[in-house]
Amino acid sequence: MYFLKLVFKNIFRAKLRTSLTIIGLVIAIVAFGLLQTVVDAWYAGSNSASASRMVTRNSISLVFAMPIYYRERIKAVEGVKAVTISNWFGGIYKEPQNFFPQFAVDHENFFDLYPEFIIPPDQLLAFKRDRQGAMVGRKLADQFGWKIGDTVPIRGTIYPGTWQFTVRGIFDGKDETTIVRQFYFHYDFINEELKRKAPRRADLVGIYIVDVTDASRTADIAKAVDAEFKNSLAETLTETEKAFQLGFVAQSESIVVAIRVVSFVVIIIIMAVVANTMAMTARERLSEYATLKALGFPPGFVAALIFGEAMVLCLMGAGIGILLTFPVALGFANSPAGAAFPAFTVSTTTVALQLSCAIIVAIVASLVPSIRSANIKIVDGLRHVG
Amino acid sequence: MDAQIKITERPLVQISHLVKSYTRGDQEVPVLQDISLKIARGDFISLMGPSGSGKSTLLNLIAGIDKPTGGTLLIDGEDITQLSEGELADWRASNIGFIFQFYNLMPVLNAFENVELPLLLTNLSRAERRERVELTLSLVGLSDRMEHYPNELSGGQQQRVAIARAIVTDPTILVCDEPTGDLDKQSATDVLQMLKKLNSEMGKTIIMVTHDAHAAEAAKRIVHLEKGELIDGDA
Repeated sequence: MYFLKLVFKNIFRAKLRTSLTIIGLVIAIVAFGLLQTVVDAWYAGSNSASASRMVTRNSISLVFAMPIYYRERIKAVEGVKAVTISNWFGGIYKEPQNFFPQFAVDHENFFDLYPEFIIPPDQLLAFKRDRQGAMVGRKLADQFGWKIGDTVPIRGTIYPGTWQFTVRGIFDGKDETTIVRQFYFHYDFINEELKRKAPRRADLVGIYIVDVTDASRTADIAKAVDAEFKNSLAETLTETEKAFQLGFVAQSESIVVAIRVVSFVVIIIIMAVVANTMAMTARERLSEYATLKALGFPPGFVAALIFGEAMVLCLMGAGIGILLTFPVALGFANSPAGAAFPAFTVSTTTVALQLSCAIIVAIVASLVPSIRSANIKIVDGLRHVG
Repeated sequence: MDAQIKITERPLVQISHLVKSYTRGDQEVPVLQDISLKIARGDFISLMGPSGSGKSTLLNLIAGIDKPTGGTLLIDGEDITQLSEGELADWRASNIGFIFQFYNLMPVLNAFENVELPLLLTNLSRAERRERVELTLSLVGLSDRMEHYPNELSGGQQQRVAIARAIVTDPTILVCDEPTGDLDKQSATDVLQMLKKLNSEMGKTIIMVTHDAHAAEAAKRIVHLEKGELIDGDA
């Protein structure tokens, strides 16, 4: 108790310095938390991928499509339970910065393969019945204020023209890890228009989503699917949904690495700031530490005082920083910049990392001042004027 | 803290051929040379001498906060030069009370907490500590200043808190390094009176370093040092 009292009283001796150090810590912890959340958001798609779903795409590149008749042949492969289709649409809603993922899907069975999307049955039925119907994720609907029945015009970039969709359903996620910022509509609606206007581009599919009966057999089933199209017009590459998503992330791996590096640089900078604070603090109090040692307190007590002060300082900064990270992340998620991420939530891992960083900063920053002060000769310390 | 003076045959402090030197670069700078001195239990001596004469160094050696280069230093029969750092810390905690020129109080602790500080190294309960601190502060006339912080006290009052801190563990020896050096005349007189009282009524052995001839007169015996050598100390 007495030790803690001394630690707390010492912390607030230089109020301005302590306040500035805590503010620095708070900013660093918030920045670190946000950057880690950005990295998490990058991997959000792959993390929420199902183990029993696989994706079949053109083996050359995603840019190249596959014939729609592949669907029946994939379905015939042993171990395949269901197959559905999805085409990247890449349209613009009003302004290019209003980016959100849009997919043309098989309205009949697409959502059967995604049980993590929670859709009211009447809305799913309304979506299936309306050729121009759209199924919209909750966050997306909230972002643009869309309600059931609203018309959403999207200007195509891959598929020219302005396409009018009617919101028929809004889906939620089964938990907070489920991404709910997508916009789905009927493949048939696009395909029929293409048949009329550009028949050579019709009846093509970007990816097939394959549901398997046994998740432990995905490797064998993927091989069997790809073997089915060996030496065909469009050879395929089948992989798990997670591997498929990670493939996207890998394309921007260097950005992710840079963000990670920056987040840790922020911690190293604040470590230097706290180390400087602790060094100044210890230097000013050398005569007090010498007095304590003269009275019979062991060097460990002096070291513990400095270490304890650094720890309490860092934990205070971390506590405030962690508490602030949540509203700041929410604000970022709701901003136009944050809208680029399908899911932007602060994970418990990030909080644990923030706390760990604060503890490491405290240990490293107090190490040298603790050892120096603990080992100072009493006569030298007593002569010191702080 | 029995109020009695007990001078026994064996000296409490027995210093023989004590040498202390510092190494500065390649050079060895002697500070104390072949000091031999005996201090009886219950004695009150003043160490006097010009700056650089080695009086504070001698005091530090007796207090166990510095180590000699040579010679022996027996305190109550125990050669403290042979003790390890940890053993010396424990020895100081139970045998030595420090009174410094600039009081050396913890500025973040009030008078009560400052006096309680050395008791944290004992096995006393919280209630026992409180009782002893209150008693000691009343002895130095600061019962009504227990909650005051050092910056709320005058120099004389701060030195009295420091005296209370020095005696609260009932140590054998009080070492005082210029205890009146930072005080006005009246406060200095009060502090010296208090030291005399501690010596005469409580039997504390006091070793005081001072420049001030008037302060030195408070002691029973004055020992002069010059250039690291005793001028008139008894061997």
